[in-house]
Amino acid sequence: MKKMTYAEGIREGMRKKMLEDPNVFIFGEDVGKFGGCFGVTMGMFDEFGDKRVRDTPISEGAIIGTAVGSAACGLRPIAELMFMDFVTVGMDQIVNQAAKLRYMTGGKITLPIVIRLPEGGGVSAAAQHSQSLEAWLTHVPGLKVVYPSNARDAYGLMISAIEDDNPVIYIENKTLYATKSEVEDELKIVPLGKASVKKEGTDVTIITYGRQVFNSLKASEDLAKDGINAEVIDLRSLYPFDIETIFKSVGKTHKVVIVSEEVKRGAFTGEIASIIAEECFYECDAPIKRVGSLNTPIPFASNLENYVLPNDRDIVIAVKSLF
Amino acid sequence: MCGSKNKIMMGGSILKITDAQLKSMYLTMLKIRKFETRAMDKFAEGKIPGFVHLYIGEEAVATGACANLREDDYITSTHRGHGHIIAKGGELNYMMAELFGKETGYGRGKGGSMHIADASKGILGANGIVGAGHNIAVGAGFAAQYKGTDQVCVCFFGDGSTNQSTFHESMNLASIWKLPVIFVCENNGYGISVSQKRHQAITDVSVRATAYNMPGVTVDGNDVFAVYEAVGEAVARARKGQGPSLIECKTYRWRGHFEGDPTVYRPEGELEAWKKKDPIPRLEKYLMENDIMTEDEIKTLNADVDKMIDDANEFADKSKIPALESALEDVYTDIVEEGRVR
Repeated sequence: MKKMTYAEGIREGMRKKMLEDPNVFIFGEDVGKFGGCFGVTMGMFDEFGDKRVRDTPISEGAIIGTAVGSAACGLRPIAELMFMDFVTVGMDQIVNQAAKLRYMTGGKITLPIVIRLPEGGGVSAAAQHSQSLEAWLTHVPGLKVVYPSNARDAYGLMISAIEDDNPVIYIENKTLYATKSEVEDELKIVPLGKASVKKEGTDVTIITYGRQVFNSLKASEDLAKDGINAEVIDLRSLYPFDIETIFKSVGKTHKVVIVSEEVKRGAFTGEIASIIAEECFYECDAPIKRVGSLNTPIPFASNLENYVLPNDRDIVIAVKSLF
Repeated sequence: MCGSKNKIMMGGSILKITDAQLKSMYLTMLKIRKFETRAMDKFAEGKIPGFVHLYIGEEAVATGACANLREDDYITSTHRGHGHIIAKGGELNYMMAELFGKETGYGRGKGGSMHIADASKGILGANGIVGAGHNIAVGAGFAAQYKGTDQVCVCFFGDGSTNQSTFHESMNLASIWKLPVIFVCENNGYGISVSQKRHQAITDVSVRATAYNMPGVTVDGNDVFAVYEAVGEAVARARKGQGPSLIECKTYRWRGHFEGDPTVYRPEGELEAWKKKDPIPRLEKYLMENDIMTEDEIKTLNADVDKMIDDANEFADKSKIPALESALEDVYTDIVEEGRVR
């Protein structure tokens, strides 16, 4: 075993595929010599050169659109947008082009694209650089969406995302880049659509992903002190997602809390809750609870931001309300 | 148009073009005109659902541009895409079937008129979002450059789309990376119902090329030779790695923005004036005056194309509507959602 940061996990996944397949390349704003806004592509410019690690103008629509066109012509682009918030500027190219061209052309066009989107609050970046907008993308048929929480999954999901023949949205959490976790000496692929049970438990199922995996694990330690044995599931893939692991766990614990950093209004957590309600209702002996950010833009001042974002105490309170 | 056989004078230079190429261009223009006319009739009959945007009157642009392309070159198209697709070698049967919403159509009945693509012929798709093709064309040009081929991509778009941000983004990117993209603006004078003078403060879109340090020219879009020559020069530049060009072709759509558009925004006499500049009789005249085709040969070719259109119509008519399960396919290469209880 060795230790690796989340950013290194992402980078190593990209490097491995770039070494294997000359058609894989990465482009985006400042991904070259600068190494990316969060340092994820650090060193890749020197290793692969300007052809394959390419700086673009500040043109998010063109970044995604170029990814679509080049993928349609046989390349496997990895497009980085500097912040998930900027997805608004490239949204037509993701939603109306990348997600739909295959369908509308009856399968005549195949688009193996990875779009990397760093998201989340916690760094006083204010409302245009802190959002968690995964629900916008999980809503769109034609896209796959993944969201690793640690170096091992970051690596393994990146391999799967690049190898996939469909557009894959690869969401990264910007507070996790420097976090280190243990990885095997020989890193492994993580298939899309498979959750990871981070902690087994018997009394309540906490379903989460991304940064909130850590808040949920912390909450589970506090809950244990009160005799509540929580199971924590890291979804890792938001579409397709691992319905079997969720149902199996709900069938065991009969209580569910779903946690994300999104504002709760219209959140992806609502999709998980509704599927459990539709298909697993009689397994539940308490209401399905959701924890998320307050329904506001993300504020700048640290105290306000901490107040708006969900934390481990919110999760503890939500769980305890079911008992 | 003037000049002796196979040597068409263009601005003092001689345009080299073979009889076979001339006949092929004429055939392409006829196919487009007759396909579109049939689509117009079938839409009126209720055989074609949804929106149909016809290319009648603009045939010389797609024809002249695509006559410079190889099968492995790329095009991106627009909501008014039938002409581009035919000129790039699209199959009439599969096109008509798609318009009819049949399972044998290019998109298996899931795209319709605005979303026909054939990757095997470099046709990267018509597109329902105005300006979306610009960026996709840049991607195709990037792929050609990345792989080290001499393929090029012709990006067709209307004057209306030149006010979208994608126009600026893609022209800039193609220029700084010297991508083999030929931006062909079909300036038909209108963005839907809004005339060019009301939607932008310039008369020649080509002047915008200056902002991207690329060549920009304006040609008579109803003169197939003028289009052929201008795009030909741009293609040659692009193949040599000298980067993109902007070619503006002034033309006019005879029909409304879509079938059913009452065109109340057109000044009286405008359509009639443009009909006098119909690109097809102009080419016919040239072919006959220069003894490239006789009147009889022209009649025979017209009859041949009529037959192709009849066949396409029959193919579309007799094809089955798509099976309901097919609605769940082609969303992904691998996942097929099961039909769910609603």
